[in-house]
Amino acid sequence: MKKRSFLLYSAAFAALLTAGGANAAEKLRLLTWADYAPKEIVDAFTKETGIEVEVTLSNNEEMISKLRATQGAGFDLAQPSQDRITGPQAEFGIYKPLDMSKIKSDQFIPSMLEAAKKNTTIDGKVYGLPHVWGTDGLIVNTKLAPTVKDYKDICAPDLVNKVSYRTKRPVVLGFAFGMGMDPFAVYGDKVAYQAMVDKVGQAMIDCKKNVKFYWDGKDQLISGMRAGEVTAALGWDTIGWRLNADNADIKFIAPKSGALGWIDGFAIPSKGRNDDAAYKWINFNMRPDIAAKVAASAGNFTASKGADALTKGKLKDQFAESFPQAAIDNIKWYPAVPAGIEAIDGKMLDKVKAAN
Amino acid sequence: MANPKIMASARTLTSEGLGERLGLFLLITPAILWLGLLVILPHVEIGILSLSQRIAARVYTIGFGNYFEFLSEPIYWHTFARTALLSILVTAITLVISFPVALYIAKFAVGKSKPILFLMCLIPFWASELVRTLGWMMLLREAGVVSFLLQWAGIAGKPVEMLYSDGSLVLGLVYGGMLFMIVPLTNALESLENAQIEAGYDLGGTNFTVLRKIIIPHAMPGIVAGAIIVFMLTVGNFVTPVMLGGKNGLWFTEQIYSQFITRFNWPQGSAFGFMLLLLSTGIVWLGLRLTGQGFSETLRRT
Repeated sequence: MKKRSFLLYSAAFAALLTAGGANAAEKLRLLTWADYAPKEIVDAFTKETGIEVEVTLSNNEEMISKLRATQGAGFDLAQPSQDRITGPQAEFGIYKPLDMSKIKSDQFIPSMLEAAKKNTTIDGKVYGLPHVWGTDGLIVNTKLAPTVKDYKDICAPDLVNKVSYRTKRPVVLGFAFGMGMDPFAVYGDKVAYQAMVDKVGQAMIDCKKNVKFYWDGKDQLISGMRAGEVTAALGWDTIGWRLNADNADIKFIAPKSGALGWIDGFAIPSKGRNDDAAYKWINFNMRPDIAAKVAASAGNFTASKGADALTKGKLKDQFAESFPQAAIDNIKWYPAVPAGIEAIDGKMLDKVKAAN
Repeated sequence: MANPKIMASARTLTSEGLGERLGLFLLITPAILWLGLLVILPHVEIGILSLSQRIAARVYTIGFGNYFEFLSEPIYWHTFARTALLSILVTAITLVISFPVALYIAKFAVGKSKPILFLMCLIPFWASELVRTLGWMMLLREAGVVSFLLQWAGIAGKPVEMLYSDGSLVLGLVYGGMLFMIVPLTNALESLENAQIEAGYDLGGTNFTVLRKIIIPHAMPGIVAGAIIVFMLTVGNFVTPVMLGGKNGLWFTEQIYSQFITRFNWPQGSAFGFMLLLLSTGIVWLGLRLTGQGFSETLRRT
């Protein structure tokens, strides 16, 4: 009796350890950014299609790393920036070509759809679609740091210990534009690009005394700027506008040498199991009424035709203040990042972080 | 003719023996799986990965290039050396702070106060490391509690920034490591007979002599065990250096993270991972040799 129950318990224990959760409901596993899939939208989608959405929040680098780790498995739809689809695809083969016949193309703003297609095509096959777009630029407390108008102004001597930015690609590119160089022009030439990155690296090391911290999550930057610890930062327009809503002194400013324009897109991982659900999610999200809600949640505009008209007033006013027509024309849109370029940036950024 | 009774009992015996062995096997399986699948297998894979070098997209060869890259690029081994030295410093500070605490809990606290004191050391660890580190950030930041109190008391004229420096980094790591030093130290000190200490005083020993000649030698296995645990935890820590370390302080684990996640260079990251393993093992071995302690001896006595 005793022996038997011992056997029984140990078997049950072992079974418990190996048992996995089985779930029969149809599911879309979405790898996306914070605020791109608000609960309201997810619930509406589930109600309409019966498909459950499992949302995983991430950023560009982590999306690529996660998909690389599984060779494109584990998710049914990802939302990397459209400039970072072809490079990782060439290197790791983590996405599958899109079936354009399943996309309702007339829901997209035509020029953005064409640009995204052009940017994400390999061997005649399209891998990415546009979704949410926005810019990187200056977030400035105009009362405490009134002189900041361009990238290089954050390194001015009166801002010691008052500045924050990320140690990521957009900052490298912003510094380069601020120094009068054009990084996109040398994307294809690794030697020239390396020379440019070396110059930027030196500028970033010289600027280090101004840096309070290198921000990583946006909440960190928001709390730093709210407390007045940071008075000028490089970051996304949406962060600037969110801060502006609470404190009118904090503004998002399009830098004189040009804000950096990014478009986050849709791409289907190569081992995604539910492409139909992915296409349904894309078509659902590009409907103007849905896109307008996502725009409000993310604080950025979308590539959906007609969603602008439905977007709430505040965001539009903030956009108009940050972007006069000349600044819109001066936005530097990211071209596709060639494979290998990111390694050059990464090594330089490591040096900047380690420098004293 | 066989006796059916004997045969029946023999059958139960073997089936019971089998059942017991099977039960034991089932119970051991998770441990073996854990070791094999989560410790040994990944290390083998990382070892193999660290020897592959990228030539072009999706083309790799085998070689020691990743290790050469580590040696030839100063920022990597600077970070490496910095991590090692700061970890040793953290271990030493943790020991100095924890020793009196452990001594008090083991030898001076009586009755109920003993478990209560122990519990007080333990309670902060009921919250996750992330939360505890965030707590320190609330205290130390420019608009934080300490800065406010200093201004309120008139000691500082303007907000003081105490975050994002090596000082705040060491503070956070020491705080995180203290419990792991106090537990083995208290264990080791509890077995010390009060009579031995009294004898020391009777023979005319001063406080210092008693500490040096009786208490510390007795606590040595606890000191070594605590130091090993704290050192290992510190060297491999990621959250605290990232959150408290700030702009000048790159910890070696951050280098590994950035190789894997932001630069997609897994072979290089794997090589770094192996270097970290070698580093921590090497320093522990050196520490044991210098203090004249054996590893198995330490394990047995604590």
